Amino acid sequence: MSLVWLVLTPFLGAALVAAVARLGRSHAAWAAGAVTLLALAWLLPLIPTAFAGSTVLQRVGWLPSAGVDLVFRLDGLGLLFALLILGIGLLVILYARYYLSPRDSMGRFYASLLLFMGAMLGVVLSENLIQLLVFWELTSLASFLLISYWQHRADARNGARMALAVTGAGGLALLAGFLLLGEMVGSYELSALLAAGDVIRAHPFYVPMLALVLLGAFTKSAQFPFHFWLPHAMAAPTPVSAYLHSATMVKAGVFLLARLFPALSGTPEWFWLVTGAGLATLLVGAFTALFKHDLKGLLAYSTISHLGLITALFGIGTPLAAVAGVFHIINHATFKAGLFMAAGIIDHECGTRDMRRINGLWRYMPHTATLAMVAAAAMAGVPLFNGFLSKEMFFAEAVGVSATLAWGWLLPVAVTAAGLFAVAYSLRFIHDVFFNGEPIDLPRTPHEPPRWMKVPVEILVVLCLLVGIFPAQTVEPLLSVAAAGVLQAPTPAHDLAIWHGFSPALWMSLIALVGGVLVYVGRRPLFDLYERRIEPHLDAKAIYEYLLGRLFAFARRLTGWLDTGSLPRLLGLFFLFALILGAAGLASDTVPLTGARALLPVDGISLLATLGLIAAALATVVLHRQRFTALILIGAVGLTVALIFIKFSAPDLALTQLSVEVVTIVLLLLALYFLPQESPAESGTPRRLGDGVLALAAGTGAGLLAWAVLTRPYQTIAGYFLDNSLTGGGGSNVVNVILVDFRGFDTLGEITVLALAGLGIYAMLEHLRLPGPARDPQGRPWDADRHPAIMASFTRLLLPLALLVSLFIFLRGHNLPGGGFIAGLITAVALIMQYLANGVAWTQVRLPGSNMHPLIAAGLAIATVTGLASFAFGHPFLTSTFGHVHWPLVGEFELASAMAFDLGVYLVVVGATLLILIHLGAMHTASHEAPSPTKGDN
Amino acid sequence: MLSLVIPIAFALVGLALALTLWRLLVGPSPADRILALDTLYVNTIALLVLLGIHLESALYFEAALLIALMGFVGTVALCKYLLRGDIIE
Repeated sequence: MSLVWLVLTPFLGAALVAAVARLGRSHAAWAAGAVTLLALAWLLPLIPTAFAGSTVLQRVGWLPSAGVDLVFRLDGLGLLFALLILGIGLLVILYARYYLSPRDSMGRFYASLLLFMGAMLGVVLSENLIQLLVFWELTSLASFLLISYWQHRADARNGARMALAVTGAGGLALLAGFLLLGEMVGSYELSALLAAGDVIRAHPFYVPMLALVLLGAFTKSAQFPFHFWLPHAMAAPTPVSAYLHSATMVKAGVFLLARLFPALSGTPEWFWLVTGAGLATLLVGAFTALFKHDLKGLLAYSTISHLGLITALFGIGTPLAAVAGVFHIINHATFKAGLFMAAGIIDHECGTRDMRRINGLWRYMPHTATLAMVAAAAMAGVPLFNGFLSKEMFFAEAVGVSATLAWGWLLPVAVTAAGLFAVAYSLRFIHDVFFNGEPIDLPRTPHEPPRWMKVPVEILVVLCLLVGIFPAQTVEPLLSVAAAGVLQAPTPAHDLAIWHGFSPALWMSLIALVGGVLVYVGRRPLFDLYERRIEPHLDAKAIYEYLLGRLFAFARRLTGWLDTGSLPRLLGLFFLFALILGAAGLASDTVPLTGARALLPVDGISLLATLGLIAAALATVVLHRQRFTALILIGAVGLTVALIFIKFSAPDLALTQLSVEVVTIVLLLLALYFLPQESPAESGTPRRLGDGVLALAAGTGAGLLAWAVLTRPYQTIAGYFLDNSLTGGGGSNVVNVILVDFRGFDTLGEITVLALAGLGIYAMLEHLRLPGPARDPQGRPWDADRHPAIMASFTRLLLPLALLVSLFIFLRGHNLPGGGFIAGLITAVALIMQYLANGVAWTQVRLPGSNMHPLIAAGLAIATVTGLASFAFGHPFLTSTFGHVHWPLVGEFELASAMAFDLGVYLVVVGATLLILIHLGAMHTASHEAPSPTKGDN
Repeated sequence: MLSLVIPIAFALVGLALALTLWRLLVGPSPADRILALDTLYVNTIALLVLLGIHLESALYFEAALLIALMGFVGTVALCKYLLRGDIIE
């Protein structure tokens, strides 16, 4: 279970941090740090097992009926990544405490950061591919929040959107690839997948699957040509960049390559696709980085280039290349995190990141300068720094693989060129920023940052040096176990030494070093060339925006074609197609329309009621322009429908219909007051005739369908509920038992929606004041008597009676027609009656707690707590129980836990209905005297 | 006795329903229609109680009770609208 908790801790911690942030800025940082340490504590006991070379698998049943489990896996590779994520995460948390300005929200920052951390841990520790993909998408979402942290800046929003679009599209491709992969092997679990490499590689769908998986990995790891989102993600705060672009986000892509290495690698397709993309990225990134004037831009392209290097290593596919790939993942994470933090310090102290203005900082911040220079030397691949070691392994692998290829000599040349540019841009980072004259027109005078802001950089730089000088004593054990995790086989013999003799790789390093210095010295013509010839023509962002624009235009055209915004048109199309489909079924089928069931006898009253219903419905259609008349007629239609419900033994439905009917009338009357009394004729006669024919045909079709169904003996699910309602739910009213027990979860959802709808209407109406008409529709002045005395006195007498009816309906609901919903409506109507007859002011004064929000909240809370209470007894959510008690006088009385749930339903219905109606009524200011209803209600 | 009375009562209530429905449809004034709807409620209550006596069942009583309560509120609201426009003030 510890792996589950390890992944869950940051997610839970995110909520904690957001809450703690209210106490103070440092509290949030401390809490985030504590959460990360706690996660590390979950990991620690497992480290010896992982180092012993065994794989830890932990499984939690999630949806056992669907065969879906949460499975976590810790092997060498997972361990390495978990350590990087947590370790660098901890340093970033410390650094960000000093980086963020007092205007920035600490809670939001650290909560998003922890969300991201949890998602990343989920990616690297998942055993199941689908589960991995869920966390993968979570990293995309969390990174969106982090990149757009400064929401007021357009570049942050655009950069975040671009990153989400590119990595999200890749995630979709990845899902498709994973599904193919799962189908090939018959399992989504890595243990099975990694052992089935031969099956996968021989499968006819290998190439499409590989392409889809690689699309996912390449978009995430910013491989050419999907690299363009990464520089734009630099609009994020620098701690975010230091985290996302060193150890986490972009490393998820190369993690995937490493994770699936045993299953997918070893084919020519793998070699060409992965090495090809990696090399292109390596070259494009290294070349472009030199010309970026923005400090973070340079680092961004350098990151792209190093990711290309790692990808190329995995593409080469030999075990030693994989070892080198893992090694470079570690090295790049340490020096790049340090460099981003140093860049953040410089930005923080100078107020700009433009290297044409930042010069000669050595004099102002020698300490930071030393740290940055060490990290930059590691980035360049200078001996004695960690970057040198893995880069030399890369050179050696490139030379090794070149012998097997036609035109193979191009490969060492290309990687040497990339190395050369890496030296050049690293040199530019050092020379331009810390030397090269004096600062030009800086917004602030730079000085050393606070002590603790430098500590994370110091730790990282020390690591760079330690690994660079004593590789065998420091990084070797971790590297070896991680590489074994990648290969799923013992790590091949490798020698982590600085000196390997005069190998080709050494000469390549030398050429890169010397050549890099020369390129930097002679950079002026190169800059001219780049700025005039290359930059204006090569803008991936422009292509992306062009494609996005086309996509939006296409979507708009399609939507505009389907939906012109005309409801009659949409409904007409809908009914037309339903009619065509239904008629086709009716015409082609040999089954007769009328089924075998005997018809029920018709009695005179039912016939009369039906004719009345038809007449009232027709009259509503004919008179629908006179809105008030139509409303009265609808009232008659509703009443007749309730009668039909009673006739066909659905008393619950009838009671609900009757209560809803009157609430609807009140609601419509409230709205009608502000509306024209007659609707204008908007369509011509031909249109109306056509619509009429269509409506008649659709009605006839629905009637025929009902006829066909009702005349057949038909097995419904009602039997199950009738059999189990009393024994399982403790109530003999099946409708109510379904609502509060069998389908209690649905009801909980529905009352939540009702509560939200009530609050939504409240929010919309809160400050809305509309002028009402001064005269009635006939032009007469309104009656002067607001609350006729007889009516007022009479309704006051009615209130207790109505409440008694409501209580009666509520209590009997479990066994006889009734229940919380109907009782809630009756109570609401009883109270509305007082508002109608006695006015808002009179009622508000006498109604205790006329603010409906606590009532709604209490209802939701009672329903939820009733559901949760079943957990305490070891049953699933909302399991109900019941018992019988013998009360004096009353006699045998049944108590069911569902009744508490029903009480929740009751309170929500009362609260939401009153909230909506009263606030609709309060929109009209002119007729209201103090105290105003909103005053008591807020 | 009941076997004789109940059919007669059903016929009379049915006639009343038909007549109220007629008034509801032809109006002509809104007040006529509100009154017709209110009478329709009263007739329906009679019909339901009659049905309960006929079938010797108490199940229809709650519906009749609710129509009595709700019909009253509906009529009050409609009348208030005619008098004042703003029904909750």
